[in-house]
Amino acid sequence: MHTSRRIITLMTPPTLTLAVFFLLPMVMMAVFSFRQGAFSPEREVFTLEHYAEFAANTAYQRLLGESALIALIVSALAILIAYPIAYFLAFHAGAMQLTLLTILIIPAWTSYLLRILAWKIILGTNGLLNSLLLSVGLISEAAPILLYSQTAVVVTLVYVWVPFVALPIFSALQRIDRSLLEAAADLGCTAWERFVRVTLPLSLPGVAAGFLFVFIPTLGEWVTPALVGGVQGTMYGNIIQDQFVRALNWPLGSLMSLVMLALMLLLLALFSRTVRLSDLAGV
Amino acid sequence: MRRDWLAPGFLYYLGLAAFLYLPILLLVLFSFNDSTRLVFPLKTFTFKWYTELLEARELREALLNSVLLGLISSAVATALGTLAALGIARFNFPGRRLFLAISAMPMVIPYVVLGVALLLLFAQWGIPLSLWTVGVGHVIINVPYTMLIVASRLAGFNQNLEEAAMDLGETYWGTLRRVTLPIAFPAIVSAFLSSFTTSFDEFAVSFFLVGTESTLPIYLYSQLRFPSRLPVIVALAAILMAFSVALVLASEWLRRVGQARGVSG
Repeated sequence: MHTSRRIITLMTPPTLTLAVFFLLPMVMMAVFSFRQGAFSPEREVFTLEHYAEFAANTAYQRLLGESALIALIVSALAILIAYPIAYFLAFHAGAMQLTLLTILIIPAWTSYLLRILAWKIILGTNGLLNSLLLSVGLISEAAPILLYSQTAVVVTLVYVWVPFVALPIFSALQRIDRSLLEAAADLGCTAWERFVRVTLPLSLPGVAAGFLFVFIPTLGEWVTPALVGGVQGTMYGNIIQDQFVRALNWPLGSLMSLVMLALMLLLLALFSRTVRLSDLAGV
Repeated sequence: MRRDWLAPGFLYYLGLAAFLYLPILLLVLFSFNDSTRLVFPLKTFTFKWYTELLEARELREALLNSVLLGLISSAVATALGTLAALGIARFNFPGRRLFLAISAMPMVIPYVVLGVALLLLFAQWGIPLSLWTVGVGHVIINVPYTMLIVASRLAGFNQNLEEAAMDLGETYWGTLRRVTLPIAFPAIVSAFLSSFTTSFDEFAVSFFLVGTESTLPIYLYSQLRFPSRLPVIVALAAILMAFSVALVLASEWLRRVGQARGVSG
């Protein structure tokens, strides 16, 4: 048939690329978690010792839990900050809404490393925040309390993610049929009731997309904690990176990645009914 | 709709915009400050960090690498994404849902996982790390986005145009070339630009896949360890920001032009 030949021609290159450079590496990572070491001859030996090590080492598990908590806090804060903005843009900004939205998105497209660097400057010992607190007399001498902590990681990541969360919430709010709100008003709902019983429930898919958009990369984050987190702010992604770069324990690193991947897939399965792919991509 | 510029909503908007822009403006401010330490109070105004920037050979190499990497990997990602978009937007076939689910996965797995998995693949095959291996990573990162951007454009315009072309005797591939792709062109360019900005800025995956050559983010990260180099980096930051803003505006504008044309066509 013509149709099937067209489909095969169109779909073969992307399918092959994803199979070879995405699915295959994931399978290899799973296989690698059973190898004894990264290099021959340990490489050829298959063992469960890394599984036993991971299960026995509560420090790894605690760090994973802590990172999940940080990711949860960052997502919640980003959503709380972004929701009112998305609401304002969708319902009260009129013809200006796309321009105002673009203005908010632009900072998000400037270099990620440099935005982190900016926060390093702000939170540093002689940084903006410390100078400010000094000049208003809230503290008596510059203190490096702000940088190299979990708080620094959270603040920086919230800053990085807010615009990306505003996008899917905004699109979800835009999709709401305005006549539903009129109907609710006609039936005697107050503005608050209209929000709680119509707008908010209908915007939840956008909120869920925003949540995933932040939670997933934050749980796997290693660059931000490496730059502003210090020892206090180390996250699970940092110990994975460490296994591959410094400790050279690739099998253990593979296992750690696998555990995180499994958590993500579980989360995605939970959200699969509410979240639209296009919301995640912001299109 | 009546707008009240002093309404709480708008004030909140201004506050958030300030929160988002101030850190960036801070970097710009320090790029003109005559001191190697990025602290207040400011010293005198200077251009010297920008002139030092021009003299850094490694930086120029890294910049060139990043541009080439961005161009090539985005071209490949956009081509693959467009093919996939044409397939999923116009045909229903067994495995379509599976393909959608798998092709979206790179968007929803942490970059560290993608980076180390590809590192294992290249190690297994004995492929030395280089800009090409980084490019593979960037293609995988960008394919889902390019696919969804083009697919949403394809879903947004009337299929009757394509059917009319075929009724008038044009082949399927002729219709693609002469009707579908021209209409989708703004979205394809927008997908390319969005890939390019991602690739140009990507660090978390590149870090695991880069060989001896640097990309710009890899170079930046290495320089962050040397405090005396910070002002130069900040000057670079200011330039890069201006550049990415221009790119984003171009990409947004193209998408709007495309959508506007889709409505009238």
